[in-house]
Amino acid sequence: MPRRTDIKSVLVIGSGPIVIGQACEFDYSGTQACRVLKEEGLRVVLVNSNPATIMTDPEFADATYVEPITTDVLTTIIAKERPDALLPTLGGQTALNAAIALHDAGVLEKYDVELIGANIPAIQKGEDREQFKGVVEKCGGESARSEIIHTITEAIAAAETLGYPMVVRPSFTMGGLGSGIAYDEDDLRRIVGQGLHYSPTTEVLLEESILGWKEYELELMRDKHDNVVVVCSIENVDPVGVHTGDSITVAPALTLTDREYQKLRDISIAVIREVGVDTGGCNIQFAVDPATGRVIVIEMNPRVSRSSALASKATGFPIAKIAAKLAVGYTLDEIPNDITKVTPASFEPTLDYVVVKVPRFAFEKFPAADPTLTTTMKSVGEAMALGRSFTEALGKAMRSIDKSGSVFHWDGEPVSGADLDALLEEIARPTEGRIIGVQQALRAGATVEQVFDATKIDPWFLDQLQLINEVAAAVADAPALTRDVLAQAKRHGLSDAQVARLRRLGPAGEATVREVRYALGVRPVYKTVDTCAAEFAARTPYHYSSYDEETEVAPREREAVLILGSGPNRIGQGIEFDYSCVHATLALADKYETVMVNCNPETVSTDYDTSDRLYFEPLTFEDVLEVYQAELAAGPVKGIIVQLGGQTPLSLAQKLADAGLPILGTSPEAIDAAEDRGLFGQVLADAGLPAPAFGTARSLDRAREVAESIGYPVLVRPSYVLGGRGMEIVYSAEQLTGYVERALAAADEQAAGSLPAPLLIDRFLDDAMEIDVDALYDGTEMFLGGVMEHIEEAGIHSGDSACVLPPVSLSVTELERIRRSTEAIAKGVGVRGLLNVQYALVSDVLYVLEANPRASRTVPFVSKATGVPLAKAAARVMAGETIADLHAEGVLPSDRDGATIDLTDPIAVKEAVLPFKRFRTAEGVAVDTVLGPEMRSTGEVMGFDADFPTAFAKSQSAAFGGLPESGRVFVSVADRDKRSVVLPIKRLTELGFEVLATEGTAVVLRRSGIPATVVRKYSEGHGADGEPTIVDLITEGEVDMVVNTPNGQGARADGYEIRAATTAADKPIVTTVQQLSAAVQGIEAQLAGPFAVGSLQEHLAERTARRAGATA
Amino acid sequence: MNASATRTAPTVPLDELPADLGPDAAVLVLEDGRTSVGRAYGARGTTVGEIVFNTGMTGYQETLTDPSYHRQIVVMTAPHIGNTGVNDEDPESGRIWVSGYVVRDPARRYSSWRADRSLDEELAAQGVVGISDVDTRALTRHLRELGVMRAAIFSGEDLVRGGRVRPVADLVEEVRSAPAMEGAALAAEVSVTEAYTIEPLGEHAGQEPVATVVAVDLGIKSMTPYRMAERGMRVHVVPATTDIATIESLQPDGVFFSNGPGDPGAATTEVELLRAVLDRKIPYFGICYGNQIFGRALGYGTYKLAYGHRGINQPVMDRTTGKVEVTAHNHGFAVDAPLDGESTAPYDDGRYGRVRVSHIGLNDQVVEGLEALDLPAFSVQYHPEAAAGPHDAAYLFDRFLDLMNQSTTEQEA
Repeated sequence: MPRRTDIKSVLVIGSGPIVIGQACEFDYSGTQACRVLKEEGLRVVLVNSNPATIMTDPEFADATYVEPITTDVLTTIIAKERPDALLPTLGGQTALNAAIALHDAGVLEKYDVELIGANIPAIQKGEDREQFKGVVEKCGGESARSEIIHTITEAIAAAETLGYPMVVRPSFTMGGLGSGIAYDEDDLRRIVGQGLHYSPTTEVLLEESILGWKEYELELMRDKHDNVVVVCSIENVDPVGVHTGDSITVAPALTLTDREYQKLRDISIAVIREVGVDTGGCNIQFAVDPATGRVIVIEMNPRVSRSSALASKATGFPIAKIAAKLAVGYTLDEIPNDITKVTPASFEPTLDYVVVKVPRFAFEKFPAADPTLTTTMKSVGEAMALGRSFTEALGKAMRSIDKSGSVFHWDGEPVSGADLDALLEEIARPTEGRIIGVQQALRAGATVEQVFDATKIDPWFLDQLQLINEVAAAVADAPALTRDVLAQAKRHGLSDAQVARLRRLGPAGEATVREVRYALGVRPVYKTVDTCAAEFAARTPYHYSSYDEETEVAPREREAVLILGSGPNRIGQGIEFDYSCVHATLALADKYETVMVNCNPETVSTDYDTSDRLYFEPLTFEDVLEVYQAELAAGPVKGIIVQLGGQTPLSLAQKLADAGLPILGTSPEAIDAAEDRGLFGQVLADAGLPAPAFGTARSLDRAREVAESIGYPVLVRPSYVLGGRGMEIVYSAEQLTGYVERALAAADEQAAGSLPAPLLIDRFLDDAMEIDVDALYDGTEMFLGGVMEHIEEAGIHSGDSACVLPPVSLSVTELERIRRSTEAIAKGVGVRGLLNVQYALVSDVLYVLEANPRASRTVPFVSKATGVPLAKAAARVMAGETIADLHAEGVLPSDRDGATIDLTDPIAVKEAVLPFKRFRTAEGVAVDTVLGPEMRSTGEVMGFDADFPTAFAKSQSAAFGGLPESGRVFVSVADRDKRSVVLPIKRLTELGFEVLATEGTAVVLRRSGIPATVVRKYSEGHGADGEPTIVDLITEGEVDMVVNTPNGQGARADGYEIRAATTAADKPIVTTVQQLSAAVQGIEAQLAGPFAVGSLQEHLAERTARRAGATA
Repeated sequence: MNASATRTAPTVPLDELPADLGPDAAVLVLEDGRTSVGRAYGARGTTVGEIVFNTGMTGYQETLTDPSYHRQIVVMTAPHIGNTGVNDEDPESGRIWVSGYVVRDPARRYSSWRADRSLDEELAAQGVVGISDVDTRALTRHLRELGVMRAAIFSGEDLVRGGRVRPVADLVEEVRSAPAMEGAALAAEVSVTEAYTIEPLGEHAGQEPVATVVAVDLGIKSMTPYRMAERGMRVHVVPATTDIATIESLQPDGVFFSNGPGDPGAATTEVELLRAVLDRKIPYFGICYGNQIFGRALGYGTYKLAYGHRGINQPVMDRTTGKVEVTAHNHGFAVDAPLDGESTAPYDDGRYGRVRVSHIGLNDQVVEGLEALDLPAFSVQYHPEAAAGPHDAAYLFDRFLDLMNQSTTEQEA
């Protein structure tokens, strides 16, 4: 039966900003869905507040709304667009919750919108704990013994029967938010308290502990004829107790017999039927007792999930695409398998390889956070690797993580005696690096049984780690690197660098190993992901490397361009870079065979039909070089693009060029000229551009010297980093000493006393306005893409700062100066492609803070806001076209650029989304939320409207759920800010807000005639009659917005409790004066009435019409 | 339809192997000259058979003990084999039947609460010669492109002659002198020699049987009578050589022909036996080989597939309901019957009336089930008993029971 003819238009809801637990996998699934629906000839209406997504590119939908995903805004869009159907299952929990809210509000009924791909009873049966328990029982499965509670008192009563430890899971939250394991009553009170808050239904499930059991997930699809297939089974290496998003996972399941696997399959199919997921996908999680095989159904997601993205990439079965087709009426047997072309999608993929996923964490950004892994997801990204064996895939996945200390090592002597006991105790607690601890324990002689007792990691996996240790020992002990020794090492996933270290070959060792390896003919082959273990021929070149016998790379005629992706998402390097890579492949596909290299399963770039060829490979020098060699053997290669995937590929540029690879665009020397402070200083000096005083240092003495000469405060950071990793504002010599000592400790031990790369030390500019510029340069001409004015002052990382485009307060003269300066830098550095420059404007002086000759985080935002495809243009410039060509072709506008002031242009505000509420200290308190020079946001949203206040209000609504329109504001600001807050606070009282303040702030406000109620500071404790402190008030939800600007210096910690409580209570917090002014304007805009909405296509059409009118 | 594929001259040049491969080496040699050097796995020695690949990711123990793999060397496409060891519950028969086993990464250690011993030990104990550490994907692609063929694994002393590894030409010659699968009648080699009975099981245990079935063992898997018994049937499993008089003496409500190895074209006595059953209007159900014999009894031809169906992920459409089931397959031959609509069974001028293809393989449109419209008889080419594989097709045992009940009702009426 073909697709339904009664549906003409479909509303698709995206997942909003990237947050922990909901990342770019939903851009991947949403993009696939939009593509499918458009191919089917349906009108697609898309809503997503995240501008960094591919799905929000105007060509993927007929009407694209970059608007907040709120019931009000969605209602306005539905009223305007009148879609026939709403597809809510491809935008994560956000979209599903939005659909439920629209249903509950009667909006879907009122406008006659049919929910497709899911139905409300099914969603509720799947997500409501109590209902789901009933489902499982009916299906012959077993659930953990549990109780549903709605108050803390009920929780304590439940503990009597369930016993500790106990698992706490709030209903209807995503990524396991608010869940945890309670070992005693204190834990229980704390975790349940948070859980009740986060659950939209104030409902929490308590259940018996199944900690340490084997954990599995099955991904299923069902069509309207009740055909069900299991797409993939996933086994967690980390047993139950660690969120599956934080676990190392393997596909397919490796330690189940057919009987046990079929039992899981039978239960899964019964559950999907009973829940009533009619068309689409779902995933079901199981726990299996390793001692008895008792099976417990943990939970299900009645929608496409993060695991679905992983399963799609792991198997080649495109779950989101198929889900979209099923939603519009097709059945599985009517849909062809894209990869074989000749067989249908109504089958179950079979793998002849092993897939390993390793999570990437960002605890270094949140030093106060408890790094123990629990049932609340904390990782910010993941890398996936494929190999022909578990060891090979694991080694590749671990090096894909691209973080020091993330791979196995055999340095130093193995631990022994009491140290080994301590290590065994340490690995009992799951943490980011546990797998390495496990490997070290085995290396030190711990038995598989001992390690199993400590970790409950299945002995089969432990034996595989043991095998890796044995192979490593053979490498270390061999008299010479023979073919057999090397072949074994490579077959089990060791990198050349690891082999070199095992052979103690010194800094150039990796190259030596490679030379020996080449001489002995030990080279990888490339196999194909084909869904069917070679039973049928694959038509899609989706490859992975393996040290095996036969390669499957097909020869080609057309010239190839290799594009290096950005690897696992991390704070500072996320979806924005994938966006640029995908644009490059789209832009170059006409003329070249595009070849994508990446290892992030969540992305659009690793979709097998995004590029002509896909290599799912780690982004290390060794792996990239091998891909290049394989492609060179297949046909001509034009070159390799390294400047779109962020710092990961950029840092490979020089080595790749040295190895003879043609780098397209900006040369490695030019990249160096921008990164190297000395060289860059010369570029600026030649162009007569001022920069803050700076210096570089590799040692402590030198660092202190530089800082003295510049004068404190200084901004210190390592070179070659992204996202301000390790960046700190340093106010004193003591603080500097601490910083340098930490850096030295973290550095390679071979370089004792001296850092491998210099530290950059800059003068810190207080009270500066920061400006971000994205530009394109072809060697002779520049196109200024966009100028963004930061809302927060300089000193807050640009990635965490809200910004506005076009700049609302810069003059024509200032913009002209920015244009000239940017062009001078582009020319001086020698850019061919994209350039991002950060400026600080202080007392009329435009300082250059830094320049990055690569795609920046803001490229997608600029492109969405201005309607100019910057990344596509950049790819073509890198491949040799000129900006003049692109003007002539209309790819770039000829009549305007990012510095053109047009008062009729809409205003775009980018706001960062921060993950603070995910992280708790070991004591269970929220971590500090104050912003600094180190980036900590995970994602961003865009607010788009005619004026700044409304655009800002939209951005806040999209990022945090919105500014308050009435209620209480608590104000406590640093002395230097007291004068500046008077006016905005006064305005808030006029708008009807009640003001609470601490003593000092209240005095200033009262003198200005603002009635402010004094509340007790946290440090003052409760009053004589039990008067609450401000922290109590915030915790109890009595405060609707907090304004707290921290003092400089060490005093920044003062407001910690206030900020932590605000984060925990999920209320807006303002930490700078600039933010306050924007917030007040935003509140005014909100009070003026509901937001109007406009699609990108409408904005574009209006703009085109306006220009046409202007030129006519 | 491809007719039976006849092997042509070698397509792979014969490169010599190194003189010394070490004591643990094994060599896999294909009829067309392709060789792979790996490590000996299981028993040492020589084994010759038809080389086929199986794409199941679970269920190696069931596969190894499936009598249909008699005289076949099985290549597992799943790279890790042996992870869950071997237990005494999962075998599908009393022994391992594959003649050789080809895997990439055998487990060094097994892990399962049900495991009793390692697969390596089990293979060695049962004298099964295997090879590991070969590129099983390359091998599978080779077989997919060129079709299945004869092959041999050599290891231990059998690999060496006169202090050096034997010449490839010599090894290939040994392969080519082995009999081909075409024309092989093998049922008698795998069938039981004494009949046995399985009484109703599970919730039906100890109760009067709901029906009595005679299951002719042509290489039956133990899950098959189990699936019937758990539905309340009493199953008399009888040798392949059983005659119709013996079957009748058991007063069956239905007769079942099992899966099994060999070329259905050579199954003359089985075909005659089935015709006798059909002539008596005894309800019939056949699986796999039992489907091919049904096809031949009806007068259709059978042919050899280029590389067969062996795996547990095969989509089959049940044309009765229009639903797709994911099924376990293990067949190298198939029935050649008209795919669309009804046709009159050709045998003896339509003596058995009208027939339709009830199930079809969606990957390659191969006949996966036959249904007689004028007789109480049907069969499927695949494995509703699963083991290994999904349980989607288990309803066919219910269909068999319904057919027997219907037939009884009609006779009584």
